[in-house]
Parts: sequence; structure tokens; C-alpha cells
Amino acid sequence: MNEIKRGTGGDTKLTVLNPVGYPPEIKAKTPAPRLDSLDGKIIYLVDCRFDDSIELLKQVGAWFADNMAGVETRMISLRSTYQIDDPETWKEIAANGDAAIVGVGH
Amino acid sequence: MSTHAIELETEYGVPTMALHTDIFHNVVQSVRQVKGLAEAPHAFVPQPVMGKSAAQLRAYVDGDDPVTGRPFMQEIIEGLTQDQSATSDGALPRTTPRLCEPANEEELHQTFADNHWTDYLPIILPTEERVADMLAHTAGAADTVVGRMQPTHNRGYWQYDVEKVAVNAVMAGCRPEYFPVVLALASSGVSARGSTSSSAAAMVIINGPVRAEIGLNSGIGAMGPYAHANATIGRAYGLLSQNLQGGSVAGTTFMGSQGNNYTYNSITFAENEERSPWQPLHVQKGFAAEASTVSVFYGLRSNSFCLGLRDYWREHVRDMLLGIEPNTPPVFLLDPITARLFAEREGFDTKEKLIHWAWQNATMPSARYFDLQLIQNYIYPRATFGEEPFAAMLAAGDEELIPMFREAEINIVTVGGEANGYWHIHGAHYRGTFSVDDWR
Repeated sequence: MNEIKRGTGGDTKLTVLNPVGYPPEIKAKTPAPRLDSLDGKIIYLVDCRFDDSIELLKQVGAWFADNMAGVETRMISLRSTYQIDDPETWKEIAANGDAAIVGVGH
Repeated sequence: MSTHAIELETEYGVPTMALHTDIFHNVVQSVRQVKGLAEAPHAFVPQPVMGKSAAQLRAYVDGDDPVTGRPFMQEIIEGLTQDQSATSDGALPRTTPRLCEPANEEELHQTFADNHWTDYLPIILPTEERVADMLAHTAGAADTVVGRMQPTHNRGYWQYDVEKVAVNAVMAGCRPEYFPVVLALASSGVSARGSTSSSAAAMVIINGPVRAEIGLNSGIGAMGPYAHANATIGRAYGLLSQNLQGGSVAGTTFMGSQGNNYTYNSITFAENEERSPWQPLHVQKGFAAEASTVSVFYGLRSNSFCLGLRDYWREHVRDMLLGIEPNTPPVFLLDPITARLFAEREGFDTKEKLIHWAWQNATMPSARYFDLQLIQNYIYPRATFGEEPFAAMLAAGDEELIPMFREAEINIVTVGGEANGYWHIHGAHYRGTFSVDDWR
């Protein structure tokens, strides 16, 4: 077994190796253009199906109905769990909606 | 959610807001950075959402973002209508220093603790000499890429080479002859420091000749701190996971709400092949009996245990299986005494026969099964979109008994020293069996 060398707390300097791995490559991305206004627009509320997220999104939809009646909200649930990409849903939103609100998770 | 929101935003051109709960604000920042849009618009509500009434959730919506203190809905509206900035650059460098700044021993121990590079038990400092000793016990070159790992989905895979694994093996106190086993674990790409809020742990089962070669314990106390190889290899798996995946820091790269004591050692032991009435695990998984392997399981949280098998053993085992959370399949860990009771007295002369019995008998009324929150999160969405066997299970009547697990996901391992016939069932997902011999 490797022996721990004690008693070197004074001036004796040790060189040791860094235990941390190599970070992933990150490619910077560009956000979509924003809307001038939400009035008359369709916003998809995207339920990620985790820990009752749809219940919060229902209240976001209710807030728009109460406060910005010109906004149409449409609830949509992911086709599987939140861990899986869902191109079919993204295409549907891009084709039929103007914006999206996705929740809830990290 | 950040990953989905950024995908929708950047690949489909849809202005998108991501909603999160406040406890995850550090995690969200990290995910956005890794996904290339650090400034992706988002807003927070208090944790939790689950279990709250409609009125309570409406109060979240009408209230302020607990992270920024600004009105929640105002942040949503601004996030969809005001220009957003792109990430300025690639942010993280793709390398880490090979060496730490020279310092005395006390200072270095403090540096390792301050950087969250330890499990807060004493470590062996990874000097160049000690790391070289470790490297001498594998044919793999120091710069050979071993694998990549991340704390959970969508956090970004970090990469590591043989030398980085050796550094962590030294820190854990491994003897150099253990190094091929540690490399096999690293090659799995399965993190023993997953970030899941459920606080899952890993489990490692070692098979083949390497067990005797390095003194791994499969007998009395195999799952406890009674053998140097079991203790330090299991610890090395944890340390290498946290350091090679880019951290396991509470609140940022680890979100296990309660934590899990199993993670100190990832329950690392050898199967007692010699006293088992059945094929060893690695042979079941397609390896030759003379091969040396590590099998990795993940998701240990639920556990039940028993002594022997008596007249009502079928009912007792059904009760034990009901104690295992149904989203995580059971692994029977049987002392050889109990393994032989199953095999010789009850006629289960193969593991597969006992697995089939367990699958048939671990059942629950459909309504009760689908009401479990983890089933709601991970199985119900798949069932609603037609994935079998879940769709058929969802179609069952509320009181109809449905299988809690998939037969192919149930495993059995023989371990223990025959001091008595105690045995356990752990809930744990099988993640794969990996060659030790490839790293000799």
C-alpha cells in the first residue's frame, strides 16, 4: 500500500497531480428573434411531465386568460419523459406557435 | 428543461422561456452554459411544485421570482419580447492543469478539500511517484482516453484518460495492483455520484479470477469495511466519478435531497462464485467464466431484507418486493445458505427461474402503481404514447394486478460467508458488465 508521508507540513513542498477531468466542448448558440408583442400570439405551454409540472403551467395559462386575453395559450405534453428529446413536439410548436414556455425542471 | 428550451430556441427559432424551481438555480446556470446559451431566458418559482394546490400555484405565478425578486410573469413576458444576448464564447477551457501548485502537505490537503475533490475522509496525496506506480500496473498509456461521464442527463460529458483515473485511485488508497479494476469501472461511463434529487447510489459486483488475485472479499462482511480491496476500489469509483465528471458539489453538481451513505463505497464486493449454486453474474452477462469483470448497478435507494425461507416464504418475498420502489428493479443479494435453499429445496436450479418467479409475483393494482410519483415521472409518459409493455399496463383496470418490474431487469447475485442465511433485495438498475482484463 502507498505510504502516507507525514510531517511535511513545514517548508517541504510537494508536487501532486490534479484529479479533475477534461470539460466538454461548448458551442455558443444564438437565441431566436423576440416578438414585438404577445398580443394576438399563440404561446405553447410545454409540460415536461416531471413532478406535476402541468399543474403550474395551467396557472400560467390562467394568468394569461385573466390578464392578457389577446394571448392564446395551448398546453402540450412531451411525448415521453423529460430526459428524451422530442423533435415532433418542437416541429409542431414551430409550425403553429409564436413562442413557448417550458416547465418545470432544470 | 433548459436543454429542451435551448433546443427549441436555437434549432427551431421559437422564442422560449424555461421555468424552474429556485433550488435548482445553480444547476440551471451550469446547464445553460454547457448547452451554449448561458443567457437563455428563464424564471423561477419556489420549490416544490409537486403536491401544491391550484391556489398555491397561482400564488407562485402572481408572485415574485424568488431568485431575482422580480414579478414572475413580468420576467416571462420580457423574456419572450426583449432581445436576448448570445453566449459570448465557448466559456470553459477544454483542459485542466496536470499538476497542482506545489505546496506543503497540509496546504495540499486543504486545497483538495476546498475544491471539493475529496469525500472528506483523509486521502493519499497523488504525487508523481505514486501515480507512476499505479500506471505501471496497466498496459494502457497515460494519455489513453478511458471514457466520459456526467452527473446526470444534459449536464455535458467530461472526458478523462488513464492518468486522471490513476490520480483518483491513489487518492482513494488503492494498491497499484487494483488499478485494472478501477479502470474498468471508469470505462463504464456510469457515475457513482449521480446528481439525481433521489440520492441514488451505485453498486459494484466483481467476478472472475481477479477476485482472488487482489484479495477481494465475497464472504463474511463482503459488503462492509472488511477488505482493503473492496474498501478502496469502491471509494476510488466514487472519487473518480466526482472529479472526472466535473464535480459533485451539493447544490450545483449534486442535488440529492437527502444524500445516501452507500455512496461512500458504492457497495463494492465480489460475488461468491465458489459457494453459489448458480452461474456467476458475468457469465450470465455473456463473459467467459475465466474473464475478470466489474458489473455496475445504479439507483440504490430502496432495500428490504430477510432471514432464510420458511413455510410462507412466497408471501414474505412478495412483501419484500412490494418494498422496492417499482421504478427501480430488484437485485437479490443472497447469502449462499439462502441461495441453496432456493436452488436445492425450492427447485430454482437456475437464476433465471427465480427471476421469472419474482417477475410473476411482484404485482400491484394498476391504479396504485400509476399513482406513484416516480412512475408518473418516468413510466406514465411512455405509457401514454404507446410504449409497451407500459401502454398495456395503463390499459388495465384500476384493480387489475400488473407487474411492477420487467423480467429482463431483475438480477440475482450470491454474496456472503454463510454465517447465517440473511439476504437482501436492493432496488438497482443494471448498467453493464465491463472487462478488467482489457486494462491489465
